[in-house]
Amino acid sequence: MQQRQNHTASPSRTPAKNDPLAVQAVLIGLTLLFFAGFIFMPLALVFSQALSKGWQLYIDAIREPVALEAVKLTLLTASIVVPINAVFGVTAAWAISKFSFKGKTLLVSLLDLPFAVSPVIAGLIFVLLLGSRTPFGSWLGDHGIKIIFATPGIVIATLFITFPFVARELIPLMESQGREEEEAAITLGAGGWRLFRMITLPNIGWGLMYGMVLCTARSIGEFGAVSVVSGHIRGMTNTIPLHVEILYSEYNYTASFAVASILVFLALVTIGVKTALEQRLEGSHNTRH
Amino acid sequence: MSIEIQNITKRFPGYTALDNISLKVATGELIALLGPSGCGKTTLLRIIAGLETADVGSIILENRDTTNLPARSKNVGFVFQHYALFRRLNVFDNVAFGLTVKPASERPSKQDIRDRVMHLLKLVQMDWAAKRYPSQLSGGQRQRVALARALAVNPKVLLLDEPFSALDAKVRQELRRWLRKLHDDIHVTSIFVTHDQEEALELADRIVVINKGKIEQEGTPQEVYDHPANSFVYNFLGNVNVFHGRVRNGKVVLGQPLPDERRELNGHEVKTGQAFIRPHDIGISKIRNGNDHPGVIRDIRLTGSQITLELESAGFDTPIEAEISRETWRNLELSKGEEVYITLDKARVFTGDFEI
Repeated sequence: MQQRQNHTASPSRTPAKNDPLAVQAVLIGLTLLFFAGFIFMPLALVFSQALSKGWQLYIDAIREPVALEAVKLTLLTASIVVPINAVFGVTAAWAISKFSFKGKTLLVSLLDLPFAVSPVIAGLIFVLLLGSRTPFGSWLGDHGIKIIFATPGIVIATLFITFPFVARELIPLMESQGREEEEAAITLGAGGWRLFRMITLPNIGWGLMYGMVLCTARSIGEFGAVSVVSGHIRGMTNTIPLHVEILYSEYNYTASFAVASILVFLALVTIGVKTALEQRLEGSHNTRH
Repeated sequence: MSIEIQNITKRFPGYTALDNISLKVATGELIALLGPSGCGKTTLLRIIAGLETADVGSIILENRDTTNLPARSKNVGFVFQHYALFRRLNVFDNVAFGLTVKPASERPSKQDIRDRVMHLLKLVQMDWAAKRYPSQLSGGQRQRVALARALAVNPKVLLLDEPFSALDAKVRQELRRWLRKLHDDIHVTSIFVTHDQEEALELADRIVVINKGKIEQEGTPQEVYDHPANSFVYNFLGNVNVFHGRVRNGKVVLGQPLPDERRELNGHEVKTGQAFIRPHDIGISKIRNGNDHPGVIRDIRLTGSQITLELESAGFDTPIEAEISRETWRNLELSKGEEVYITLDKARVFTGDFEI
């Protein structure tokens, strides 16, 4: 925060001022052009297509029961996945940043697995693991539990895809904060839960929220893995992205873009929250000593 | 509250941090664990606090074996090198922390906590900052708050891990004296770790010199300074001139072996030894008095209240550093390049680790 103030206090120090005007113009122009072509235009297109046949059709497309079911399922999935991954992320980050144990490096690399593996493959793994033709899947089926081509499968696939976000965000933060505050709290008599609630959690609060926002964004938008395990049953196992795709492949462009605009809206909210959190997070890094 | 450390051994992969350490600290004593970095002194402190576990040995606090007690039940105050204040809590809540986390049955009332915290903050002269956050305080202020926080729970012992090493010289000296005074007032049994011999000499009732996981010597500051047990302690505590030579008839002989000495040795191995003498123990005179060495003044430096002379003498492979008072310097009227006589009577000789 302080650095930022210093910069605004002495604007003459910014290096761009020393560059020739032409270079400035070209760089800024290119950036704007890129933004216009790849971000603003598609965004505008989504809304213009969605509204191309008037507000009435837009609202109808959104209010259609199948679309509402898709929104519900997406939000349900996110509301299950995000808390679980928040807990998992804090646990993993704590273990990795505050203890040293055998296989730690391997664990850190495995944490990136969902980023490295194609989401479609991730979905297939779960079909092969829990599908009705596998021993475990058929045993579950006999007991009336359906995972693949049902909501649990979607939740599991999304869990897998989004589990690195919170941990990835917290590990560097917790490493930079060190163990001393926790140790001080222990010598003062604090037990595990109080220690976590009074010291650790406040210290990682903003980072945790930031990780959860990223996790939410991804779980709402995930397509590949969910597409494999969902089975595309309308009104039952369709999330928003899947529903958009179905409408699109049926040449129902207006409805498709109308539903897509919900996703865009959710993404914009996410970015807003993320930006706000980023500033707070910067503060929590800086207050160290 | 007395502390008894019995046969503590701690090994880390690749090295032994503590090798069978035993030590007794009497109630109310202020002890310094002094040693170079990596000698194991901080590990020992953390084992006493329960933040680390020993492989072998036990820690007895006031006749009670606390070796296997978890750190939070030991009732030990710990002050960290980098303060470790809770950054999300203000100064008041930092100091109150140890009281507020007590189980409901032992927790003092809100008013009592308030009184105790304000009393401690006054004691460390930080009562004006109760509402501030750690990031708004200077290093010295933070460390005083950390001390108040550690004292809040009435610890049986106070452990300080290099408490002043992150502060600048002036604040360090101020805080050192202030801590000594505080200790004289409240008499809590304390152990502090330092690599700064000056700090240990000024602050401690007793100094324990540690090197490579072993205790080299323990004693009052005067004892360890004036009568170092071995060459390591001599070297570590204060400036010292070290001369390497051969041992002959219980004396260290410098320079090349003489012909008759070679005959005497007759193929036997030469015993080497080291002579130690502190710069201020070297005698300087303009008149020869038998048992001294002639030397030439190469340099004269003013170091505050003392004058440091750099001398060169035949037979000594390294320059000799001597300290004399300003008064002696004025009386002798010394100048660069002048020839003087150097007395090394107070030198002490070690071969290997044994003194002759």
